[in-house]
Amino acid sequence: MHASLRSRAGHFYVRAAVLLVLCWIAAKRAEAQQEPPYFVTYSSVMEEPGNLEIENQNLTAAPKNARAFFAPTVEFEYGATAWWTTEFYLQGQATQFDSAIFTGFRWENRFRPLPREYWINPVIYVEYEDVNAGDKSYLEITGNTSIDRLSIPNAALRKEVERSLEGKLILSSNFKGWNLSENIISEKAVNENESWEFGYAVATSRPLALKASAKECTFCLQNFSAGAELFGGLGTRYHFGIRQTEQYLGPTFALNTPRGFTYKFSPEFGLNDNSAAMLWRFGVSYEISQFRDWFRRTK
Amino acid sequence: MKGRMVVGAALLGASAICFAAADGSWLKKVPQADRARVNPYAGQPEAAAAGENLFHNNCAKCHGADAQGKGSRPSLKSERLAAASDGEIAWIIKNGQAFKGMPSWGGLPEQMRWQLVTYIRSLNPPANAAGSGGQK
Repeated sequence: MHASLRSRAGHFYVRAAVLLVLCWIAAKRAEAQQEPPYFVTYSSVMEEPGNLEIENQNLTAAPKNARAFFAPTVEFEYGATAWWTTEFYLQGQATQFDSAIFTGFRWENRFRPLPREYWINPVIYVEYEDVNAGDKSYLEITGNTSIDRLSIPNAALRKEVERSLEGKLILSSNFKGWNLSENIISEKAVNENESWEFGYAVATSRPLALKASAKECTFCLQNFSAGAELFGGLGTRYHFGIRQTEQYLGPTFALNTPRGFTYKFSPEFGLNDNSAAMLWRFGVSYEISQFRDWFRRTK
Repeated sequence: MKGRMVVGAALLGASAICFAAADGSWLKKVPQADRARVNPYAGQPEAAAAGENLFHNNCAKCHGADAQGKGSRPSLKSERLAAASDGEIAWIIKNGQAFKGMPSWGGLPEQMRWQLVTYIRSLNPPANAAGSGGQK
Protein backbone atom coordinates (compact mmCIF):
# COMPACT_ATOMS: atom_id res chain seq x y z
CA MET A 1 0.00 0.00 0.00
CA HIS A 2 2.72 2.40 1.08
CA ALA A 3 4.87 1.38 -1.88
CA SER A 4 1.94 2.03 -4.22
CA LEU A 5 1.37 5.48 -2.70
CA ARG A 6 5.06 6.28 -2.98
CA SER A 7 5.05 5.16 -6.60
CA ARG A 8 2.00 7.34 -7.38
CA ALA A 9 3.61 10.32 -5.66
CA GLY A 10 6.78 9.66 -7.65
CA HIS A 11 4.84 9.68 -10.94
CA PHE A 12 3.13 12.93 -9.93
CA TYR A 13 6.44 14.66 -9.25
CA VAL A 14 7.96 13.36 -12.51
CA ARG A 15 4.94 14.66 -14.48
CA ALA A 16 5.04 17.99 -12.67
CA ALA A 17 8.77 18.32 -13.38
CA VAL A 18 8.26 17.47 -17.09
CA LEU A 19 5.45 20.04 -17.32
CA LEU A 20 7.61 22.71 -15.72
CA VAL A 21 10.51 21.98 -18.06
CA LEU A 22 8.16 22.14 -21.08
CA CYS A 23 6.78 25.48 -19.91
CA TRP A 24 10.32 26.74 -19.38
CA ILE A 25 11.31 25.77 -22.92
CA ALA A 26 8.09 27.13 -24.42
CA ALA A 27 8.58 30.63 -23.08
CA LYS A 28 12.17 31.46 -22.31
CA ARG A 29 11.48 35.07 -21.48
CA ALA A 30 8.04 35.91 -20.34
CA GLU A 31 8.00 38.19 -17.40
CA ALA A 32 5.92 41.28 -16.82
CA GLN A 33 8.02 43.64 -14.75
CA GLN A 34 5.16 45.98 -13.95
CA GLU A 35 3.10 43.66 -11.77
CA PRO A 36 3.20 44.73 -8.11
CA PRO A 37 4.10 42.16 -5.40
CA TYR A 38 0.67 41.90 -3.81
CA PHE A 39 -1.11 38.77 -2.57
CA VAL A 40 -4.55 40.16 -1.71
CA THR A 41 -4.76 43.58 -3.34
CA TYR A 42 -5.37 43.95 -7.06
CA SER A 43 -3.81 46.74 -9.10
CA SER A 44 -4.89 47.94 -12.53
CA VAL A 45 -2.26 45.75 -14.20
CA MET A 46 -4.03 43.20 -16.39
CA GLU A 47 -2.65 39.99 -17.82
CA GLU A 48 -1.33 40.71 -21.30
CA PRO A 49 -3.63 39.44 -24.05
CA GLY A 50 -2.96 35.82 -24.94
CA ASN A 51 -0.72 35.14 -21.92
CA LEU A 52 -1.47 32.47 -19.34
CA GLU A 53 -0.05 32.84 -15.86
CA ILE A 54 -0.03 29.84 -13.54
CA GLU A 55 0.48 30.68 -9.91
CA ASN A 56 0.83 28.60 -6.81
CA GLN A 57 0.09 30.74 -3.79
CA ASN A 58 0.48 29.30 -0.30
CA LEU A 59 -0.40 30.46 3.16
CA THR A 60 0.59 28.91 6.46
CA ALA A 61 -0.15 29.93 10.03
CA ALA A 62 -0.23 28.54 13.55
CA PRO A 63 -2.99 30.55 15.22
CA LYS A 64 -3.48 30.63 18.98
CA ASN A 65 -6.01 28.02 20.22
CA ALA A 66 -6.19 26.39 16.77
CA ARG A 67 -4.17 23.89 14.80
CA ALA A 68 -1.51 24.97 12.35
CA PHE A 69 -2.60 24.82 8.73
CA PHE A 70 -1.30 25.10 5.20
CA ALA A 71 -3.55 26.47 2.47
CA PRO A 72 -2.39 26.23 -1.15
CA THR A 73 -4.19 27.90 -4.06
CA VAL A 74 -3.54 27.32 -7.73
CA GLU A 75 -4.49 30.13 -10.09
CA PHE A 76 -4.80 30.17 -13.87
CA GLU A 77 -4.89 33.74 -15.10
CA TYR A 78 -5.51 34.44 -18.77
CA GLY A 79 -5.45 37.71 -20.66
CA ALA A 80 -8.53 37.45 -22.87
CA THR A 81 -8.03 40.98 -24.21
CA ALA A 82 -6.03 44.02 -23.12
CA TRP A 83 -9.08 45.15 -21.09
CA TRP A 84 -10.36 41.79 -19.81
CA THR A 85 -8.53 39.27 -17.65
CA THR A 86 -10.14 36.05 -16.51
CA GLU A 87 -8.86 33.82 -13.71
CA PHE A 88 -9.77 30.43 -12.28
CA TYR A 89 -8.73 29.28 -8.80
CA LEU A 90 -8.61 25.87 -7.17
CA GLN A 91 -7.97 25.82 -3.47
CA GLY A 92 -7.51 23.49 -0.54
CA GLN A 93 -6.02 23.27 2.91
CA ALA A 94 -4.32 20.81 5.24
CA THR A 95 -4.72 21.18 8.99
CA GLN A 96 -2.32 19.62 11.48
CA PHE A 97 -3.74 16.53 13.28
CA ASP A 98 -6.91 16.85 11.18
CA SER A 99 -7.13 16.33 7.40
CA ALA A 100 -6.42 17.78 3.98
CA ILE A 101 -9.46 18.93 2.02
CA PHE A 102 -10.36 20.60 -1.24
CA THR A 103 -12.19 23.78 -0.31
CA GLY A 104 -13.58 24.98 -3.61
CA PHE A 105 -13.10 27.07 -6.71
CA ARG A 106 -13.45 30.66 -7.83
CA TRP A 107 -13.85 32.24 -11.22
CA GLU A 108 -13.07 35.89 -11.50
CA ASN A 109 -13.12 38.46 -14.27
CA ARG A 110 -11.52 41.88 -14.28
CA PHE A 111 -12.50 44.63 -16.71
CA ARG A 112 -10.62 47.82 -17.34
CA PRO A 113 -13.26 50.30 -18.52
CA LEU A 114 -11.08 53.29 -19.43
CA PRO A 115 -8.82 53.22 -22.46
CA ARG A 116 -5.93 55.28 -21.05
CA GLU A 117 -3.81 55.78 -17.96
CA TYR A 118 -5.17 58.32 -15.50
CA TRP A 119 -4.17 59.47 -12.01
CA ILE A 120 -6.56 56.83 -10.70
CA ASN A 121 -7.22 53.81 -12.90
CA PRO A 122 -10.40 51.89 -12.10
CA VAL A 123 -10.93 48.19 -12.74
CA ILE A 124 -14.23 46.37 -12.24
CA TYR A 125 -13.95 42.92 -10.72
CA VAL A 126 -16.69 40.27 -10.71
CA GLU A 127 -16.25 36.84 -9.14
CA TYR A 128 -18.31 33.71 -8.59
CA GLU A 129 -17.09 31.47 -5.80
CA ASP A 130 -18.12 28.05 -4.61
CA VAL A 131 -16.12 27.60 -1.46
CA ASN A 132 -16.78 25.69 1.75
CA ALA A 133 -16.24 27.04 5.26
CA GLY A 134 -12.92 25.19 5.45
CA ASP A 135 -11.35 27.82 3.21
CA LYS A 136 -8.25 29.26 4.90
CA SER A 137 -6.70 30.90 1.85
CA TYR A 138 -7.29 34.49 3.00
CA LEU A 139 -7.57 35.66 -0.60
CA GLU A 140 -9.76 38.37 0.87
CA ILE A 141 -11.68 38.99 4.08
CA THR A 142 -15.32 40.02 4.01
CA GLY A 143 -18.01 40.29 6.68
CA ASN A 144 -17.37 39.55 10.33
CA THR A 145 -14.78 36.80 10.70
CA SER A 146 -12.59 35.64 13.53
CA ILE A 147 -9.83 33.07 14.07
CA ASP A 148 -12.27 31.12 16.27
CA ARG A 149 -13.50 29.44 13.07
CA LEU A 150 -10.02 27.95 12.56
CA SER A 151 -10.47 25.66 15.57
CA ILE A 152 -13.50 23.87 14.04
CA PRO A 153 -12.63 20.43 12.54
CA ASN A 154 -12.48 20.17 8.75
CA ALA A 155 -15.19 17.47 8.72
CA ALA A 156 -17.69 20.02 10.04
CA LEU A 157 -16.39 22.96 8.00
CA ARG A 158 -16.52 21.22 4.64
CA LYS A 159 -20.27 20.58 4.99
CA GLU A 160 -21.05 24.27 4.90
CA VAL A 161 -20.71 25.42 1.29
CA GLU A 162 -21.23 29.03 0.32
CA ARG A 163 -21.84 30.09 -3.24
CA SER A 164 -21.48 33.79 -3.63
CA LEU A 165 -21.01 36.65 -6.02
CA GLU A 166 -18.34 39.13 -5.22
CA GLY A 167 -17.67 42.53 -6.69
CA LYS A 168 -14.64 44.73 -6.24
CA LEU A 169 -13.86 48.24 -7.25
CA ILE A 170 -10.13 48.34 -7.87
CA LEU A 171 -8.47 51.74 -7.93
CA SER A 172 -4.81 51.99 -8.80
CA SER A 173 -2.34 54.84 -9.29
CA ASN A 174 1.26 54.94 -10.49
CA PHE A 175 3.51 57.81 -9.54
CA LYS A 176 7.30 58.05 -9.76
CA GLY A 177 7.69 54.27 -9.70
CA TRP A 178 5.28 53.81 -6.79
CA ASN A 179 2.02 51.93 -7.14
CA LEU A 180 -0.86 52.60 -4.78
CA SER A 181 -3.89 50.34 -5.05
CA GLU A 182 -7.15 50.27 -3.14
CA ASN A 183 -9.84 47.60 -3.36
CA ILE A 184 -13.36 47.95 -2.03
CA ILE A 185 -15.03 44.55 -1.75
CA SER A 186 -18.67 43.52 -1.47
CA GLU A 187 -19.98 39.96 -1.40
CA LYS A 188 -23.42 38.37 -1.39
CA ALA A 189 -24.18 34.70 -0.84
CA VAL A 190 -26.55 33.33 -3.46
CA ASN A 191 -27.42 30.05 -1.73
CA GLU A 192 -28.03 31.45 1.75
CA ASN A 193 -30.06 34.28 3.16
CA GLU A 194 -27.12 36.35 4.34
CA SER A 195 -26.69 40.10 4.22
CA TRP A 196 -24.13 41.90 2.07
CA GLU A 197 -20.60 41.57 3.40
CA PHE A 198 -17.82 44.08 2.89
CA GLY A 199 -14.05 44.20 2.99
CA TYR A 200 -11.09 46.21 1.80
CA ALA A 201 -7.45 45.90 0.78
CA VAL A 202 -4.87 48.65 0.34
CA ALA A 203 -1.28 48.25 -0.82
CA THR A 204 1.67 50.19 -2.06
CA SER A 205 4.92 49.08 -3.67
CA ARG A 206 7.91 50.14 -5.70
CA PRO A 207 10.65 48.35 -7.65
CA LEU A 208 14.02 48.64 -5.91
CA ALA A 209 15.47 50.32 -9.02
CA LEU A 210 13.59 52.46 -11.50
CA LYS A 211 16.11 52.11 -14.32
CA ALA A 212 16.81 48.82 -16.04
CA SER A 213 20.34 47.50 -16.24
CA ALA A 214 22.05 47.30 -19.63
CA LYS A 215 23.06 43.72 -18.80
CA GLU A 216 20.54 40.93 -18.59
CA CYS A 217 20.57 39.68 -15.03
CA THR A 218 18.38 37.81 -12.58
CA PHE A 219 19.31 39.47 -9.30
CA CYS A 220 19.50 43.10 -10.48
CA LEU A 221 17.69 45.55 -8.23
CA GLN A 222 15.12 46.34 -10.92
CA ASN A 223 13.82 42.75 -10.68
CA PHE A 224 13.00 43.13 -6.98
CA SER A 225 10.03 45.03 -5.66
CA ALA A 226 8.87 45.66 -2.13
CA GLY A 227 5.83 47.16 -0.54
CA ALA A 228 3.21 46.82 2.18
CA GLU A 229 -0.30 45.46 2.23
CA LEU A 230 -3.20 46.13 4.62
CA PHE A 231 -6.45 44.20 4.37
CA GLY A 232 -9.42 43.12 6.42
CA GLY A 233 -13.17 42.89 6.73
CA LEU A 234 -15.61 45.75 7.03
CA GLY A 235 -18.49 43.78 8.53
CA THR A 236 -21.92 43.40 7.04
CA ARG A 237 -24.71 45.68 5.97
CA TYR A 238 -26.13 45.54 9.51
CA HIS A 239 -22.86 45.42 11.48
CA PHE A 240 -20.52 47.64 9.53
CA GLY A 241 -17.04 48.37 10.87
CA ILE A 242 -13.58 46.94 11.45
CA ARG A 243 -13.84 45.85 15.11
CA GLN A 244 -15.52 42.45 14.74
CA THR A 245 -13.33 41.30 11.86
CA GLU A 246 -9.82 40.16 11.07
CA GLN A 247 -7.28 42.80 10.05
CA TYR A 248 -3.75 42.21 8.73
CA LEU A 249 -0.78 44.35 7.79
CA GLY A 250 2.57 43.26 6.43
CA PRO A 251 5.47 43.90 4.10
CA THR A 252 5.55 42.12 0.77
CA PHE A 253 8.45 41.28 -1.54
CA ALA A 254 8.77 39.92 -5.08
CA LEU A 255 11.48 38.84 -7.46
CA ASN A 256 10.63 38.83 -11.19
CA THR A 257 13.19 36.68 -12.94
CA PRO A 258 13.88 37.26 -16.63
CA ARG A 259 12.93 33.61 -17.26
CA GLY A 260 9.26 34.03 -16.57
CA PHE A 261 9.15 33.05 -12.90
CA THR A 262 8.02 35.40 -10.17
CA TYR A 263 8.58 34.64 -6.50
CA LYS A 264 6.62 36.44 -3.79
CA PHE A 265 6.81 36.44 -0.03
CA SER A 266 4.93 38.22 2.72
CA PRO A 267 4.68 37.91 6.49
CA GLU A 268 1.41 39.45 7.66
CA PHE A 269 0.69 40.55 11.21
CA GLY A 270 -2.74 40.37 12.83
CA LEU A 271 -3.86 43.76 14.10
CA ASN A 272 -6.57 42.76 16.57
CA ASP A 273 -7.75 39.89 18.77
CA ASN A 274 -9.90 38.47 15.99
CA SER A 275 -6.82 37.95 13.82
CA ALA A 276 -4.11 35.30 13.83
CA ALA A 277 -0.85 36.72 15.18
CA MET A 278 0.95 35.91 11.95
CA LEU A 279 0.22 34.66 8.45
CA TRP A 280 3.08 33.56 6.23
CA ARG A 281 2.54 33.71 2.50
CA PHE A 282 4.74 32.64 -0.36
CA GLY A 283 3.99 32.13 -3.99
CA VAL A 284 5.58 31.30 -7.29
CA SER A 285 4.09 32.07 -10.66
CA TYR A 286 5.04 31.34 -14.21
CA GLU A 287 3.82 33.18 -17.25
CA ILE A 288 3.41 31.31 -20.53
CA SER A 289 3.71 33.99 -23.15
CA GLN A 290 1.22 34.02 -26.00
CA PHE A 291 -0.42 30.79 -24.88
CA ARG A 292 -3.21 31.33 -27.40
CA ASP A 293 -0.71 31.11 -30.28
CA TRP A 294 -0.41 27.41 -29.44
CA PHE A 295 -3.91 27.04 -30.87
CA ARG A 296 -3.50 29.28 -33.91
CA ARG A 297 -2.39 28.18 -37.33
CA THR A 298 -0.73 31.51 -38.12
CA LYS A 299 1.45 32.82 -35.32
CA MET B 1 -27.56 31.22 -44.64
CA LYS B 2 -28.24 33.67 -41.83
CA GLY B 3 -25.57 31.92 -39.71
CA ARG B 4 -23.00 32.32 -42.47
CA MET B 5 -23.78 36.00 -42.77
CA VAL B 6 -23.29 36.44 -39.02
CA VAL B 7 -19.93 34.61 -39.14
CA GLY B 8 -18.92 36.69 -42.18
CA ALA B 9 -19.86 39.92 -40.44
CA ALA B 10 -17.93 38.85 -37.32
CA LEU B 11 -14.82 38.04 -39.39
CA LEU B 12 -15.11 41.37 -41.21
CA GLY B 13 -15.43 43.18 -37.88
CA ALA B 14 -12.42 41.35 -36.42
CA SER B 15 -10.29 42.20 -39.48
CA ALA B 16 -11.38 45.83 -39.25
CA ILE B 17 -10.29 45.92 -35.59
CA CYS B 18 -6.91 44.35 -36.43
CA PHE B 19 -6.43 46.80 -39.28
CA ALA B 20 -7.42 49.71 -37.05
CA ALA B 21 -4.92 48.56 -34.42
CA ALA B 22 -2.06 49.01 -36.85
CA ASP B 23 -3.29 52.08 -38.68
CA GLY B 24 -1.54 54.59 -36.46
CA SER B 25 -4.78 56.33 -35.51
CA TRP B 26 -3.43 56.55 -31.96
CA LEU B 27 -1.03 59.27 -33.11
CA LYS B 28 -3.96 61.68 -33.39
CA LYS B 29 -4.90 61.10 -29.75
CA VAL B 30 -1.53 62.08 -28.26
CA PRO B 31 -1.89 65.37 -26.35
CA GLN B 32 0.45 68.15 -27.48
CA ALA B 33 2.25 68.25 -24.12
CA ASP B 34 3.08 64.52 -24.35
CA ARG B 35 4.05 64.81 -28.00
CA ALA B 36 6.69 67.40 -27.12
CA ARG B 37 8.24 65.51 -24.21
CA VAL B 38 11.99 64.99 -24.44
CA ASN B 39 13.61 61.60 -23.88
CA PRO B 40 16.21 62.08 -21.11
CA TYR B 41 18.17 59.11 -22.47
CA ALA B 42 18.02 60.01 -26.16
CA GLY B 43 21.01 58.67 -28.06
CA GLN B 44 22.55 56.90 -25.04
CA PRO B 45 23.77 53.42 -26.10
CA GLU B 46 23.53 52.10 -22.53
CA ALA B 47 19.89 53.14 -22.29
CA ALA B 48 19.22 51.49 -25.66
CA ALA B 49 20.84 48.26 -24.38
CA ALA B 50 18.70 48.38 -21.22
CA GLY B 51 15.67 49.12 -23.39
CA GLU B 52 16.48 46.10 -25.53
CA ASN B 53 16.44 43.88 -22.42
CA LEU B 54 13.12 45.38 -21.39
CA PHE B 55 11.80 44.87 -24.89
CA HIS B 56 12.76 41.20 -24.90
CA ASN B 57 11.25 40.65 -21.46
CA ASN B 58 8.00 42.53 -21.96
CA CYS B 59 7.25 43.34 -25.60
CA ALA B 60 8.83 40.64 -27.78
CA LYS B 61 6.11 38.12 -26.94
CA CYS B 62 3.67 40.17 -29.04
CA HIS B 63 5.86 42.22 -31.38
CA GLY B 64 8.40 39.45 -32.07
CA ALA B 65 12.02 39.11 -30.94
CA ASP B 66 13.11 41.08 -33.99
CA ALA B 67 10.33 43.69 -33.48
CA GLN B 68 8.94 42.82 -36.93
CA GLY B 69 5.49 42.05 -35.55
CA LYS B 70 3.57 38.79 -35.18
CA GLY B 71 0.29 38.10 -36.94
CA SER B 72 -1.97 41.10 -36.44
CA ARG B 73 0.42 42.66 -33.92
CA PRO B 74 2.29 45.42 -35.67
CA SER B 75 5.97 45.71 -36.50
CA LEU B 76 7.90 48.28 -34.50
CA LYS B 77 10.17 48.97 -37.43
CA SER B 78 8.15 51.29 -39.57
CA GLU B 79 8.19 54.64 -41.30
CA ARG B 80 5.38 55.75 -39.00
CA LEU B 81 7.49 55.13 -35.89
CA ALA B 82 10.52 56.73 -37.53
CA ALA B 83 8.39 59.84 -38.07
CA ALA B 84 6.87 59.77 -34.57
CA SER B 85 8.45 61.83 -31.80
CA ASP B 86 9.92 60.18 -28.70
CA GLY B 87 7.05 61.69 -26.72
CA GLU B 88 4.50 59.99 -28.96
CA ILE B 89 6.20 56.61 -28.57
CA ALA B 90 6.38 57.10 -24.79
CA TRP B 91 2.66 57.95 -24.78
CA ILE B 92 1.58 54.77 -26.57
CA ILE B 93 3.75 52.62 -24.27
CA LYS B 94 2.27 54.24 -21.17
CA ASN B 95 -1.37 54.29 -22.27
CA GLY B 96 -1.60 51.39 -24.67
CA GLN B 97 -4.74 50.92 -26.75
CA ALA B 98 -6.76 48.60 -24.60
CA PHE B 99 -9.65 48.27 -27.04
CA LYS B 100 -7.30 47.49 -29.93
CA GLY B 101 -5.14 44.90 -28.18
CA MET B 102 -2.22 46.93 -26.83
CA PRO B 103 -2.07 46.82 -23.02
CA SER B 104 -1.07 49.80 -20.92
CA TRP B 105 2.47 49.77 -19.53
CA GLY B 106 1.82 52.58 -17.08
CA GLY B 107 2.90 50.28 -14.23
CA LEU B 108 6.44 50.17 -15.61
CA PRO B 109 8.53 52.98 -14.06
CA GLU B 110 8.85 56.03 -16.29
CA GLN B 111 12.64 55.68 -16.57
CA MET B 112 12.23 52.17 -17.95
CA ARG B 113 9.65 53.40 -20.44
CA TRP B 114 12.13 56.02 -21.70
CA GLN B 115 14.79 53.30 -22.01
CA LEU B 116 12.32 51.37 -24.17
CA VAL B 117 11.73 54.48 -26.27
CA THR B 118 15.50 54.80 -26.74
CA TYR B 119 15.66 51.22 -28.00
CA ILE B 120 12.66 51.61 -30.32
CA ARG B 121 14.19 54.83 -31.64
CA SER B 122 17.42 52.91 -32.36
CA LEU B 123 15.33 50.56 -34.54
CA ASN B 124 13.72 53.53 -36.29
CA PRO B 125 16.32 56.22 -36.74
CA PRO B 126 14.59 59.44 -37.80
CA ALA B 127 15.24 60.66 -41.33
CA ASN B 128 16.21 63.99 -39.81
CA ALA B 129 18.42 63.75 -36.69
CA ALA B 130 16.40 66.56 -35.11
CA GLY B 131 13.41 64.21 -35.12
CA SER B 132 14.50 62.51 -31.92
CA GLY B 133 14.16 64.17 -28.55
CA GLY B 134 10.58 65.18 -29.04
CA GLN B 135 10.88 67.51 -32.01
CA LYS B 136 8.98 66.70 -35.16
